[in-house]
Amino acid sequence: MNALPCTVYISLTGALLTLVLGRRSPGAARVTALGSALLAWGIALVAAYQFHPSPAGLQTLVDVPWIPQLGIRYHLAADGISLTLVVLTGLAATAGILFSWNVEERTGEFFAFYLTLIGGVYGVFLSADAFLFFVFYEIAIVPKYFLISIWGSTNREYGAMKLVLYSFAGSALVLAGLLWAYAAGGAQSFAIGDLAAAATQFSHTQQVGMFALVFLGFGVLAGMFPFHTWAPTGHVAAPTAASMLLAGVVMKLGAYGCLRMALPLFPVGFVFWQPVIAWLAVIGIVYAGLIALVQEDFKFVIGYSSVSHMGFVLLGIAAANVRAVSGAVLQMFSHGVIAGLLFAVVGRMVYDRTHTRKLADLRSMSLYRQIPFAATVFVLAGLASMGMPGFSGFPAELTILIGAWQTSPWCTAIAAFGVLVAAAFTLRVIQVSFFGTSSPSVAGPSHTAAMAPISVPEKIGAALLVGATILVGLKPDLLLNLIEPALRSPLFQGVLNGGAS
Amino acid sequence: MTISAHNLWLIPLLPLLASASCSVIRRRGRSLAATFAILAMAGSFILSCIALRTALLSPASHLTSNFTWFGVGDYAVRLGWLLDPLTAFMCVMVTLVSLLIFIFSIGYMKDDPNFKQFYCFLSLFAAAMLGIVVANSLLLLFIAWELVGLSSYLLIGFWFHKPAAAAAAKKAFITTRIGDLGFFMGILWLNNATGSLLFYDGGRGVLEPGSLAGLAAQTTVGGLAVSTAIGLLVFCGAIGKSGQFPLHVWLPDAMEGPTPVSALIHAATMVAAGVFLIARVYPLMTADLGLAGAPVHALTVVAFIGAITALMGACIAVGQNDIKRVLAFSTVSQLGYMMIALGVGSWVAAIFHLLTHAFFKALLFLGAGSVIHAAHHEQDMRSLGGLGRRMRVTFGTFAIGMMALSGVPFVFSGYWSKESILHAAHEWDVSSLPFLMGLSAVVLTAFYMTRLVAEVFFGKARSASAEHAHENSGVMTVPLVILAVCAVGLGFLGTPAWPWLQSQLTGSTMPAHSLLEGGGLTVLSIVLVSVGIGTGWALYARHPRQTEDVQDPLERAAPGAFGFLAARMRFDELYLATFGRANGYIAALADWLDRRVVGKIVELAGRMSQSAGRFNREADEEGLNTGFNAASDELRLAGKLYSQAQTGETHGYLRVLAIGFVVLAIASMLGGSR
Repeated sequence: MNALPCTVYISLTGALLTLVLGRRSPGAARVTALGSALLAWGIALVAAYQFHPSPAGLQTLVDVPWIPQLGIRYHLAADGISLTLVVLTGLAATAGILFSWNVEERTGEFFAFYLTLIGGVYGVFLSADAFLFFVFYEIAIVPKYFLISIWGSTNREYGAMKLVLYSFAGSALVLAGLLWAYAAGGAQSFAIGDLAAAATQFSHTQQVGMFALVFLGFGVLAGMFPFHTWAPTGHVAAPTAASMLLAGVVMKLGAYGCLRMALPLFPVGFVFWQPVIAWLAVIGIVYAGLIALVQEDFKFVIGYSSVSHMGFVLLGIAAANVRAVSGAVLQMFSHGVIAGLLFAVVGRMVYDRTHTRKLADLRSMSLYRQIPFAATVFVLAGLASMGMPGFSGFPAELTILIGAWQTSPWCTAIAAFGVLVAAAFTLRVIQVSFFGTSSPSVAGPSHTAAMAPISVPEKIGAALLVGATILVGLKPDLLLNLIEPALRSPLFQGVLNGGAS
Repeated sequence: MTISAHNLWLIPLLPLLASASCSVIRRRGRSLAATFAILAMAGSFILSCIALRTALLSPASHLTSNFTWFGVGDYAVRLGWLLDPLTAFMCVMVTLVSLLIFIFSIGYMKDDPNFKQFYCFLSLFAAAMLGIVVANSLLLLFIAWELVGLSSYLLIGFWFHKPAAAAAAKKAFITTRIGDLGFFMGILWLNNATGSLLFYDGGRGVLEPGSLAGLAAQTTVGGLAVSTAIGLLVFCGAIGKSGQFPLHVWLPDAMEGPTPVSALIHAATMVAAGVFLIARVYPLMTADLGLAGAPVHALTVVAFIGAITALMGACIAVGQNDIKRVLAFSTVSQLGYMMIALGVGSWVAAIFHLLTHAFFKALLFLGAGSVIHAAHHEQDMRSLGGLGRRMRVTFGTFAIGMMALSGVPFVFSGYWSKESILHAAHEWDVSSLPFLMGLSAVVLTAFYMTRLVAEVFFGKARSASAEHAHENSGVMTVPLVILAVCAVGLGFLGTPAWPWLQSQLTGSTMPAHSLLEGGGLTVLSIVLVSVGIGTGWALYARHPRQTEDVQDPLERAAPGAFGFLAARMRFDELYLATFGRANGYIAALADWLDRRVVGKIVELAGRMSQSAGRFNREADEEGLNTGFNAASDELRLAGKLYSQAQTGETHGYLRVLAIGFVVLAIASMLGGSR
């Protein structure tokens, strides 16, 4: 538990090491990167295993003054929610490195940026000081730009720029909201608890305004409709590992920010905005699903499906009761794993071999014959993504919908319609991309010879992710037992019971 | 020997293990895969028989075993197993039919390269289906329900290189999921209203009087009781899975799958799951019956949907030429009968028909499979013919199945179960429409089955494949014979004279009646069956078709109507033109919105910031910079003026100097004089 801050330090040290080692040998950089990711993930797993929830919620790991003049502290703390996401980050980081084993261009720098991003993400999930949170948040944003614009594919400068501008615009809103709250509260401290205590004295207008700024700012990164358009283009432009991280972890930063900052700090503002958030979430679920139905680019389908699935997270948060929010956190984990898997198949297993993502081209390739492993993994990931029982998406979406029904049955009904749409686009893409209609005799051996077999790192990465989604799907208690006590803490109780209308 | 409810999960577990081991076996391990699957199924069958024995010791009780799957704080998602006669009879039926079809498939699929995959999916299906049957929780039932849908998808699309099969698989999955959406809403609502999803839980379950009274007491939109609304939502799931109007369109297309799959999933078991579901939640469906002034009772809707489906399916079956399609629409129609029975208040009759139908319809499908296998995958009955002499066992057993389905009196099981449905419908006091529609469908059923048998087995072979057909091996014919025996014998478990099955299912002794109870109705239905068979015989058997392209007698008489039926009443076209197109448009619109509108707004915002930047730059250039330039220019001008003074001529300087000196001197002198 107390070793958790090391996840940040290990990742950042790993980044430095890969940068240095990468100049000599790409292999050393790879191994170093994998080693640091594994080490950090191991620490996270051990911490999750040994974790005992405390009634206060966050348990302090490090707390030292940083900028005493402004009351800013270097304060890291963890509860079940942050632990869940830290474990997810470790898993996604490890799998992402395995799926980037074939990066040959400036390997050292690639992994350096990658690990910096991971370090920032760990930092965000562990911060208990709003200013520190914000600093880590910014650390996580910058490397994304370089990862996409240097190692990306289609339209990468555009995608990278769009993503980074959106992220910065979002964080500018967050910063404005937090500074407003800090100033209005007497400019004493950035600690979440202190800010929340000060916020109880704010006027209704202040709360409504601050909540809007902070939630909107984080919501942009969570892919909230209608501020989601960075996500599909960004995912498409990004190299495989970066899209895995983007969808798997970075979108969770936004949702985590909403949950950790916006809700507990401004409960009154939340009640005001709650219906709006719920409807935006529901619209996002259905709308993005419908768009995914007509995409011609494989990666765009997955990109939009991510937006649709993140809609469930936002719906769960908007429902504001313990069940729905537990489900939302579970869905964050579940979607992180499943989206990572989907992007790994599309970007690494398929695109790196076929050099196309056009569904029309893939249709004629009968990929299941040449890379049956990829076909199997994609079918499993697709089933998980459409909420089939046995995979993590089912208990997550079920818990969200059970909770959300209490708050708003109509929103829930429409969201469940989104599950139907998800089945439609997933089946379409499974069929077209892998089980194309070319007759068995046409698929000649020439294709087979041309395509490299699935490598061992790919297999291990896929096995990790598939295993995680099935494990959580069969035994969601593993995570819910971490998540749920955290929501019983005083900070969350204020908003989760008061918010339900 | 008995089995406790606590160990009931072993029944679905065995096929699940078989499925898992089939998935890891090498591709060439064909016999190993089949052995695993069949042994597991046999094991499940034996366990099911023990379960039946256990259940019948005290038929009226519900043995349960519940456990918590996961919890969120004070809320626990609980699942459980349930053993009662309904579960037990279903288990025995599902395992026995599955076992026979597994054996039959050894012969039918022997040349398929994905043989072991087939057994993997088939075992997965059997496990999920048994899961539905033994579930004591609506949620567990729903989970198994979804897995059944998944395995159905995998098996319909088993020959996915055929575009029609791939499309049919997707259609089946999506169409049934539309119904499941309603089902799922019902689950969420029920959960919210009662706080539990367990059927029986020592008084706290949703099917127990405490919860039901609460559900029936509350009303919701339109004055419906909450129990009615939830019941109807759950029924949506049954509509989808059981191929009821208006979601029946997927079932005929599902015939693209291998024939054993059609027999097991799309005739005997999975499609009947909807009927089983309604029978299982029957206390919920009937909770609103006591309410005076309710706008509609849930069961009334069930009865009418069933009646429409029964008649519609029978009509369409008349116009089909593909053996499997005739049988598929016949399944749709028979499921409609079961829904009528549920709707008019006799769930026991529905389950009786479900059980007999499972055997004779599996028999008919396997018989069709035997024909198709022998005739090199020719399944258009116009191109078959004359198979009666070439395939005697198949013909004999198929004829038994046909007579059971048509309801030939006294000997065949279908007669007894259909009779009990018609009796129940006759006694229904809400409306006589379902009864009349059911009666009309009786004639049609007898007619189209006679047509089918005459076209396939009578006359002479009308194509090369039919000429070369010969009887299949024992691995395929023995299951046919066993099923035929069941198709006859099962009826005697539930005759009015000895209503053993009915007594066991309800747990209370049913009074025995004479065999000819309700004599008028019995005579009427016998007459109707004779009319159907007689007409079919006159039209098709007396003068069998000579060549493939002779027009059907009905088509000659009424080409328009026949064409309409052959095109399945154009439901597919209708749905494609309405929902399909609307969905396409909406999706395209959303895509357009995202690219053109939301994307453009973002771009516009970008442009605006760019323009702002440009404006600032212009302002810099024009405003500040110009000012700066202007000021500089002035300076420069001034400088120029000054510089003009710098002529470089010493005389000029001296002159200026002298003038200056003089001026200075004068000035100081003037100043000094003061």
